[in-house]
Amino acid sequence: MKYIDEFRDGDVARKIGERLRTEADPARQYSFMEFCGGHTHAISRYGVRELLPPNVRMIHGPGCPVCVLPIGRVDMAIKLALERGAIVCTYGDTMRVPASDNLSLTRAKARGGDIRMVYSATDALTVARDNPGREVVFFAIGFETTTPPTALAILRAQREGLANFSVLCCHVLTPSAITHILESPEVRRYGTVPIDGFVGPAHVSIVIGSGPYEHFAEEYRKPVVIAGFEPLDVMQAILMLVRQVNEGRAHVENEFSRAVDRDGNLGAQQKVSEVFELRPTFEWRGLGEVPYSALKIRPAFAQFDAERRFGLGYTPVADNKACECGAILRGVKQPTDCKIFGTVCTPENPVGSCMVSSEGACAAHYAYGRFKDIPVKVSA
Amino acid sequence: MLVELRADERAVVNLGGIRKDVSIELVPEAQVGDYVIVHVGHAIGMIDPEEAERTLALFGEMAEAAAAAGAAA
Ligand code: SF4
Repeated sequence: MKYIDEFRDGDVARKIGERLRTEADPARQYSFMEFCGGHTHAISRYGVRELLPPNVRMIHGPGCPVCVLPIGRVDMAIKLALERGAIVCTYGDTMRVPASDNLSLTRAKARGGDIRMVYSATDALTVARDNPGREVVFFAIGFETTTPPTALAILRAQREGLANFSVLCCHVLTPSAITHILESPEVRRYGTVPIDGFVGPAHVSIVIGSGPYEHFAEEYRKPVVIAGFEPLDVMQAILMLVRQVNEGRAHVENEFSRAVDRDGNLGAQQKVSEVFELRPTFEWRGLGEVPYSALKIRPAFAQFDAERRFGLGYTPVADNKACECGAILRGVKQPTDCKIFGTVCTPENPVGSCMVSSEGACAAHYAYGRFKDIPVKVSA
Repeated sequence: MLVELRADERAVVNLGGIRKDVSIELVPEAQVGDYVIVHVGHAIGMIDPEEAERTLALFGEMAEAAAAAGAAA
């Protein structure tokens, strides 16, 4: 496919790898965090890690939308389906996220909850139109990429006067999460993984542009290179980060200039700010409460806000004690540091959220990396 | 690639032989022949072909530079 295959060429990838080897200073360690789950997936799937010099380490960040969705929020959606008789529509990935009482949306569905997988927010509107006698709730999750479609759905519901449609809004924001990781006391407590720079997200940046990272690069002195989704994009971005570190620079650079500019998609941003406002605080699975890191529906659209409509309160629920997702999302531990990785916790039976989506650090590692670790451990 | 504009700000895209009906409300300027980036059923952005060429050329240069470095070593 055009604009995809050229960015997956293995020979070119190896050459960028050689270049990295030449330019990375053997006397130092480089640790870069790829924020976005799409990049985590690309790095594992295409073996990008194997092409990197040993002193360049990639840390998986919290940019996998289902991985950061806290148990308490999934519980709210389950409650709507099982106790309030609502039809709950949601993206496929959300279905298997483990919730309280050994439930998940999939299991709640088996217990009779009317839970439907949708491909897009628009499909949830269709379900609402087709079931005028029922409450239909769209369980909306994700970063800046999925927020504009949710905003469009709410605006459309308002235009059409769809009285039975509402949204359980769990949309979160990328820049505040990155800041939180850099400032988090846990990172200090765990003895800080020094993060030397960030591979900036692809899709998110199409929407928000490269501008929002500027303040952050400057204030924390960490370079950010926005990268496309393909393996060559990621390799090139890593090379650009190595160069910045070598030169002592901390700028925002854009490897994904074919789709990202400084301003992003202004039309989409306008729709989002019309419908949503900042939440003072929101719980992220693995990161805890993060101030101003999520969105809620503006009072003007209160009738489409499932939290108001059903008077739902949020009850935080602690994660399984063995689960190390929190430390993994902050880059201070690796999936293999978790005692139940690959034994009790597997993609078929995920205990923690990092195992649910193929973009999650644990699932990606399980699928593509786990056998490679074994010889490394034996020789160590 | 966008292959057909439809009513109500929708369009048909061809993703490697698979045709999909998507919303273009977020990229109202999209035209037939444009490469759009699709996420959860919505086109959220477009690919600038010139920039894409530039990025590929950058990889190419690097490949040459690496080959030259290899030859010199
Ligand atoms: S393997 Fe499972 S339980 Fe362990 S950290 Fe990963 S998701 Fe959590």
